[in-house]
Amino acid sequence: MTERKLICVACPRGCPITVYMDDSGEITKVEGNTCPRGDTYARAEVTHPERSLTSTVKVTGGKHYVVPCKSSTAIPKELLFDAMVEINKASIAAPVHIGDVIIKDILGTGADIVATNEID
Amino acid sequence: MTEILNYDLVVVGGGPAGMAAALAAKDNGVPEEKIIVLERDVRLGGILEQCIHTGFGLTYFGEELSGPEYADRFVKLMDETKIAVKLNTMVLNITKENQVIATNKEDGLITINAKAIILAMGCRERPRGALDIAGSRPAGVMSAGQAQKFVNIDGYMPGHEVVILGSGDIGLIMARRMTLEGAKVKVVCEVMPYSGGLQRNIVQCLEDFDIPLRLSCTVIKVHGRDRVEGVTIANVDDHMLPIPGTEEYIPCDTVLLSVGLIPENELSKQIDLDMDMITRGPKVDEMRMTSQPGVFACGNVLQVHDLVDFVTQESQIAGKGAAQYISGLRHEGVIKTRGQNGVRYTVPQSINLDEKEDVKIYFRVGNVYHDKRVVVTCGDKVLFNRKKIKLAPGEMENVIIKAADIAEMTADQEIVVSIEEA
Repeated sequence: MTERKLICVACPRGCPITVYMDDSGEITKVEGNTCPRGDTYARAEVTHPERSLTSTVKVTGGKHYVVPCKSSTAIPKELLFDAMVEINKASIAAPVHIGDVIIKDILGTGADIVATNEID
Repeated sequence: MTEILNYDLVVVGGGPAGMAAALAAKDNGVPEEKIIVLERDVRLGGILEQCIHTGFGLTYFGEELSGPEYADRFVKLMDETKIAVKLNTMVLNITKENQVIATNKEDGLITINAKAIILAMGCRERPRGALDIAGSRPAGVMSAGQAQKFVNIDGYMPGHEVVILGSGDIGLIMARRMTLEGAKVKVVCEVMPYSGGLQRNIVQCLEDFDIPLRLSCTVIKVHGRDRVEGVTIANVDDHMLPIPGTEEYIPCDTVLLSVGLIPENELSKQIDLDMDMITRGPKVDEMRMTSQPGVFACGNVLQVHDLVDFVTQESQIAGKGAAQYISGLRHEGVIKTRGQNGVRYTVPQSINLDEKEDVKIYFRVGNVYHDKRVVVTCGDKVLFNRKKIKLAPGEMENVIIKAADIAEMTADQEIVVSIEEA
């Protein structure tokens, strides 16, 4: 049996979580989380770590040069830098509204890159 | 020629604190057309506009938002009201008679007669000058928040090889942000033996990108003439003095400082409010009224918060308090609160004896504690006694004082929050 100690990043509380796995790598117990999000995070973290990504995208014709954006869902951790390349290639014309999809299904992850601010 | 305006409530600052306070004042009976918010930036939202990472709103909205999205929730609510907003407007002074003097390009000088004022100016970063780092003064040394504005608002990368001094949350967030944008963050140095940031940020901003965090370590010299060329870092002893022989030169072109936040209280000091030497904000009662009747304070100008959700909640208290004050409510007699045994400060610093509702006292500890008890007493009476697995300076705590307990208190007593053995 193995165990992995994690700090949950699902929210600012940062619960210390322990994940117990049997010899075949199967998760037998998750301990220390105070909410279901922690359980989900811990199970994903020991099998296929994911992170939500935030960045900015160029804006043309707006009051500001860039608009902040985020991935609509978490994406595999190892794809963060590849996703940044795509985000830095993209641009969007003003006006921009919160929720506007800037890149659909980035790198085939199923996550969209969406705007997170209003730019006139 | 000075324009003179009359409002029931003037809110100084249009960030999360100012917006929540203005909206709460309206919800508690102040006519919306008699409320004005003065904001010095080009838009409402305050510092949230550049905090593009997520993690906001889990407590208040029950969902995870980015800073601009959190701000926009309140901007939209403001848009639905007749609350007046003046942008690009700087408040210069407040008088003893609760007059607010402000200026902007369109109106010139404005004087506003107010029945109540809410201070919601937020905080600013501790600058390099406060740190006594030796060496030259080249370009490339800036606060983490300044770099955040360059990258997230102006779309401009301020450097390629970065050393970060201080492990505050903004520094950690910027370590990740600069890394994602292609910079190499070489090290984060923290002079204390523990990080000042949230655990989750150590994990997702540093460990995820293999950025080393060196505790009990500081920058002792900045090198370079026109642009930063490198820094010398060294380990420090228990007195935070550099240990000879541990010096190490690290080449870099940028140094970010994330060494704490200071409430922005120039106005508060101008009008001589009683200040708390620890929080560096005004002393307030449970409605967040300062020592000048009718002047309230909330958000980071009062005490630096960890989460904007708590700023919102605190500002709603101030908004309600201002509304009650405008409607004529006055209190007589307060009981003071204070911290001891590791509790550095308490907010509010006093509670009105006629308070009919439960009051939350917020506090911070001065060190990391494991398996202790938080105990609150008033005279011989224990009001609160609960075990805490962990207490840390980076995390604001609170205790609830029951209305029934307040009803039994007298002005010669005090409420004391302390850390005791389990």
